[in-house]
Amino acid sequence: MESLSTKEKTSKDCNGDSVFENVVRAPDVPVYAVMVAYSKDPSPVKLNLGIGVYRTEDGKPHVLNVVRRVEKLLLDDVSATKEYLPITGMAEFNKLSAQLVFGADSPAIKENRVTTVQCLAGCGSLRTGADFLAKHYHQHTVYLSQPTYGNHPNFFLAAGLTLKTYRYYDPITRGLDFQGMLDDLGSAPSGAIVLFQVCSHNPTGVDPTLHQWEQIRQLVRSKGLLPFFDNAYQGIVSGSLDMDVQSVRMFVTDGGECLVAHSYSKIMGLYGERVGALSIVCKTADVASRVESQLKLVIRPIYSNPPIHGAAIVTAILKDREMFDEWTVELKAMINRIIHLRQQLLDALRDRGTPGDWSHITKQVGMYTFSGLNAEQVAFMAEEYHIYMSSDGRINMAGLSAKTVPYLADAIHSAVTRNV
Amino acid sequence: MEEIYDSPLKLHSISMHDEYKDSTHFLGLAEIEDYSSCGMSLRLFLLTLVPTKINLGVGAYRDDEGKPVVLQCVKEAEAKIAGCDFLESVSSAVSSKLVEESVKLVYGKNSDIIKEGRFAGVQALSGTGACRLFAEFQRRFYPESQIYMTDPTWSNHHNIWRDALVPERTFHYYHPDSKGLDFSALLDDVKNAPDGSFFLLHPCAHNPTGVDPTEEQWREISYLFKVKNHFPFFDMAYQGFASGDLDRDARSIQIFVEDGNVIGCAQSFAKNMGLYGHRVGCLNVLCNDAKQAVAIKSQLQQIARAMYSSPPIHGILLVSGILSDPNMKALWVKEVKAMANRIQSLRTTLRKSLEQLSSPLNWEHITNQVGMFCFSGLTPEQVDRLLREFHIYMTLDGRMSMAGVTTGNVSYLANAIHEVTKFG
Repeated sequence: MESLSTKEKTSKDCNGDSVFENVVRAPDVPVYAVMVAYSKDPSPVKLNLGIGVYRTEDGKPHVLNVVRRVEKLLLDDVSATKEYLPITGMAEFNKLSAQLVFGADSPAIKENRVTTVQCLAGCGSLRTGADFLAKHYHQHTVYLSQPTYGNHPNFFLAAGLTLKTYRYYDPITRGLDFQGMLDDLGSAPSGAIVLFQVCSHNPTGVDPTLHQWEQIRQLVRSKGLLPFFDNAYQGIVSGSLDMDVQSVRMFVTDGGECLVAHSYSKIMGLYGERVGALSIVCKTADVASRVESQLKLVIRPIYSNPPIHGAAIVTAILKDREMFDEWTVELKAMINRIIHLRQQLLDALRDRGTPGDWSHITKQVGMYTFSGLNAEQVAFMAEEYHIYMSSDGRINMAGLSAKTVPYLADAIHSAVTRNV
Repeated sequence: MEEIYDSPLKLHSISMHDEYKDSTHFLGLAEIEDYSSCGMSLRLFLLTLVPTKINLGVGAYRDDEGKPVVLQCVKEAEAKIAGCDFLESVSSAVSSKLVEESVKLVYGKNSDIIKEGRFAGVQALSGTGACRLFAEFQRRFYPESQIYMTDPTWSNHHNIWRDALVPERTFHYYHPDSKGLDFSALLDDVKNAPDGSFFLLHPCAHNPTGVDPTEEQWREISYLFKVKNHFPFFDMAYQGFASGDLDRDARSIQIFVEDGNVIGCAQSFAKNMGLYGHRVGCLNVLCNDAKQAVAIKSQLQQIARAMYSSPPIHGILLVSGILSDPNMKALWVKEVKAMANRIQSLRTTLRKSLEQLSSPLNWEHITNQVGMFCFSGLTPEQVDRLLREFHIYMTLDGRMSMAGVTTGNVSYLANAIHEVTKFG
């Protein structure tokens, strides 16, 4: 074989076109666009009610005290290493997370019918679940609520699944379109996957009652639909970790199967650490074991194994009685602040005589209020009042404070009463 | 689908047993490469209570006592970031800093590419995540393309491109007779591939063989790539471990860039910063101009968003903290060199020991090969004997992680290898 002579070095020109010449810029993510607009706004009275993170009364990012304590302990632990976790993540973390979601005395856990794997927050858990279903489940249609969290469609589409929606939000009542929901799920093909939000529905703040959940459950089971729960706000609705997951637990108590994507981003303020877990509740322990082995094969070619730091923090808090209690106290304080703000906003609008029924502000639960403001009104509030929210009118209540509620009320009043 | 091994519940309980507090065993489980053939063997190994057992399966650095290491520069970085308000999703400022510091390691800190913004860079979940992001990107924008991989390559490479739905082909790389590079066959395969093919290359410290092309060979390969208009994607997981010098280990990539090739590169900080469990890495794709870089970056971010939304922040802060502080970076460079030196010296010791035992076989490859791994040439039967008779674990392909060798166990290892090979 002839040997190639060393060619003369050329200058650093790429004399060919890039192979990726045809790549166009991807569209901006709407909620991030809101953030960018907010950060560019020089107004001293600007308010960010867009992105879904908790803020303190002073509008600052909120790191829980108990998390700070744990971080210090981790820093001082000289025996700690940075070795790889197993593909399925930290074992203790998985066990405690399953207990948190399903209850420590859950028969499904006791019977080893639950497989729980650490994933990258709720997003990673949803994607892992989607990939698993795409590979191993016979039905490839996923039903999402109308509306739903903006990123939900992306996980399932990326996994190659087909999307459909079910009616959920009623813009007239600003509550649940329960009959529409039942009708749409009732006409879903047998075995279809249905994504439910466990509580604190994003973006609407509208949750079914327990009685409604029971009817949903019966319908789901009678049609053999496969429920997939997104559990991102456990504890943020009522302040009670157990109360907020009653919906999921109903679907476990009946002996059936489901998937649960669980996130610690909001409930422990660990957003950037990307901590979460995917649980799959199976009919038998044998199935659960086989499912777990398949989950590993899904996960390994995406990122091999999950990150340690966030899981270490969560584990330390969940397994220590005193820290667990401290966490629940802090969580309750966060929730109470939001509940008070809801009342304050409602009162402020009533004081101003703002036309319309604003009772949904206190009827809706969790972090968000689906205000009912339209895109045009939202844009008006951004321009005239420097108040930013997503264009669907979703307000992050945690972005408010007692001081800023009157200002928001003024803005809403103005938006609603001015002539278009 | 075959079950790979028992529910890890059992194995986790083993790892919590006193004898197994050493995270090496746990790590060995996580690191297992060839599942189908090694699952049973590794379990046997973990169950063994023999104190002389040696784990040469892990692709993770160990000190001379066989213990995992947290680098000093990392400890300092941890102390610095503790108590900061960083728990929110990675801000663009933080992520830009990580990316910019990372690509300096690839292109050189004064590179025009960086000055002109002619690259699309995103953080990734270590090397695996970077490879997967690229594979998904490749599939989206080159749906008809394939990926050429070295024979052999890291086992997870196959899984990554397969799950991204990009078909793979292999090209000649390792020569089992010479235990070195099969250079002429490699060039033939590169020449015979259709113009514009995508190739996955290891820029240094090849996994699993430890066989790297010489600089001269890299130049020939690069030239051929330019002629054929192939796209080289580099998976750089061991920068610093081949020669001890971070710049020297990136030389192959720089040769390709100097020749005008458009490249992509996955970087991992798992091994060279000891940040295994933090999952920190970077993916970058070279572009024509800054405008194209913005477009490609946005597409990569969109792919990542549908996988996990944003990457874990802790590791990112550690890496960007270390790389952007001249003192800490200098300390890191020293620590990388020390790790590479330790491995290099144990290679020499192991080879000498085998030669002193009058082994009938040629063990030059132990010191010719570079990086963390030695492709020993041991047969599966010999590997199995090493496990059962001597409690030495390595993957069935004969790959030894030299990081698991210490001054304390190298004689035992040499003797054991000699025992199973002395009759040829």
